[in-house]
Amino acid sequence: MLTRLKPVAFTLCLAPALLLAWNFWGVTHNRPEALGAEPVREAEVFTGLWTLRFLAITLAVTPVRELLGIGALARYRRMFGLFTFFYACIHLSMWVGVDWFFDWRAMGGEIAKHKYILIGMTTFVLLTPLALTSTKGSVRRLGGARWARLHRLIYVCAITGTVHYLWAVKKDTLFPLVYLFVFVVLLGFRLWERYVGPLRLRGRRASRAADRPSVLTDVATAKTRAIGDAK
Amino acid sequence: MWIRRPDDIKSSEITDEQLYVDRRRFLVAAGILGASGVGLLACNSDAHGSSDGDVATDAAQQPEDKLNTYEQITSYNNFYEFGTDKEDPKDNSAGFHPMPWTVRVEGLCKKPGDYHFDDLIKPHKIVDRTYRLRCVEAWSLVIPWQGIPLGEMIRRFEPEPSAKYVAFTTVFRPNEMPGQRRPVLQWPYIEGLRMDEAMNDLTLMATGLYGKPLPNQDGAPIRLIVPWKYGFKGIKSIVKIAFVDKQPETTWNIAAPGEYGFYANVNPEVDHPRWSQATERRIGEFRRRRTLMFNGYGEQVASMYSGMDLRKNY
Repeated sequence: MLTRLKPVAFTLCLAPALLLAWNFWGVTHNRPEALGAEPVREAEVFTGLWTLRFLAITLAVTPVRELLGIGALARYRRMFGLFTFFYACIHLSMWVGVDWFFDWRAMGGEIAKHKYILIGMTTFVLLTPLALTSTKGSVRRLGGARWARLHRLIYVCAITGTVHYLWAVKKDTLFPLVYLFVFVVLLGFRLWERYVGPLRLRGRRASRAADRPSVLTDVATAKTRAIGDAK
Repeated sequence: MWIRRPDDIKSSEITDEQLYVDRRRFLVAAGILGASGVGLLACNSDAHGSSDGDVATDAAQQPEDKLNTYEQITSYNNFYEFGTDKEDPKDNSAGFHPMPWTVRVEGLCKKPGDYHFDDLIKPHKIVDRTYRLRCVEAWSLVIPWQGIPLGEMIRRFEPEPSAKYVAFTTVFRPNEMPGQRRPVLQWPYIEGLRMDEAMNDLTLMATGLYGKPLPNQDGAPIRLIVPWKYGFKGIKSIVKIAFVDKQPETTWNIAAPGEYGFYANVNPEVDHPRWSQATERRIGEFRRRRTLMFNGYGEQVASMYSGMDLRKNY
């Protein structure tokens, strides 16, 4: 069931980008107000928020899968992760190509002067190796454990990405704090599993002693399972 | 499913017509004001002592200033009293009632009192002033305002010589202004000017734009316009004007003293921690343009700050 829904999920993940493209076309053609009075800013905020949303969706895969015992969900994780990077790429290219029009010197100054841009750039740099090593071949080459260790960078990205949003906001920090809360819950789940014990609402109820894996082996087994599922 | 094509082509045609009328009005206004050295067109004239016909170096490198549309001016607003998103003021201000309106004048002056809006406006001639508005967030608009030069109004109240500053207060109506129900800023919004800034010929108490009464989202029924300062100095929906002898507190300075100063003069050389101020994006344009010192009004205002360290007094 979940396997067959994957093309649907893929299309849904693409929808925000298609909407943005459609609105951008509108701005330059027949609907000048399609992206509000400030289309550049609107596009930056829009893609930035979708990057964070996909990051949250990616990080929600493991908790949801384990809490509800839906093992097949694991095979969605890479897709969500790559969509996170996809929206991060659009976000960055909006800033580079549209907002600053490839004015590298000015952008260098911006990165140096403004900490929210610096931490945003940092987040992008940290996301890049994760996207590059998302293939099955990479898992094989790196070995499950090393691969899993590298991919724990996603937790760092969740925090730096949210701080980027928090620092970019002028005064009303309500929404950045909502995102921060979501990420704290998602990361808290992992800490809980690591230090307290597995959390299950339904599905496999493993014996306590056996099922107390470290985050590392948990991720690694999840990945092997995912690869197994995909075959 | 076939989704009906929105009929925005029609409405844009209407806007164009409106614009045409307004553009003619603008040309008249700018021409008159330009001749007196106050208007937008005269603002770029440089220090070369060039005659009126010459184009200043600055202006030559700068794309031309074009009026923003009524739609842009009324749908992209920072008016936290109605919410913190740019579209919030337009969406949330329909329930605001700008009339009847009373402005309290108090402090160090000979004619304090509660002035009904009409009594405040009537004795004066409404003037047209087209100004650039530069937001501290590095975007800008060109807006054709109508209003009364603040200096003229102040003279009526006969301030005492001891009055060194003018302090302004926005109305506090959380039942009509949903943004005031959350403590995003300290309410009510307060702002202030030094007396010479308030008396400067550019400083305007705006009551309308594009020939219409101020829309709620733009600060109805009366707001301050100080075109050489960042937009947040332009306090909206004013209910109190007080003459004081000490520098008054200002809302954004209270919120973040390291980011927003009392003076808040547009200055491309002094960066805000969040936004570089060297460039700005004019609403409706894709490319950034260079920000001008004092928003291009240096000729009329720079002398007020001679000898001041503008890096310290940001």
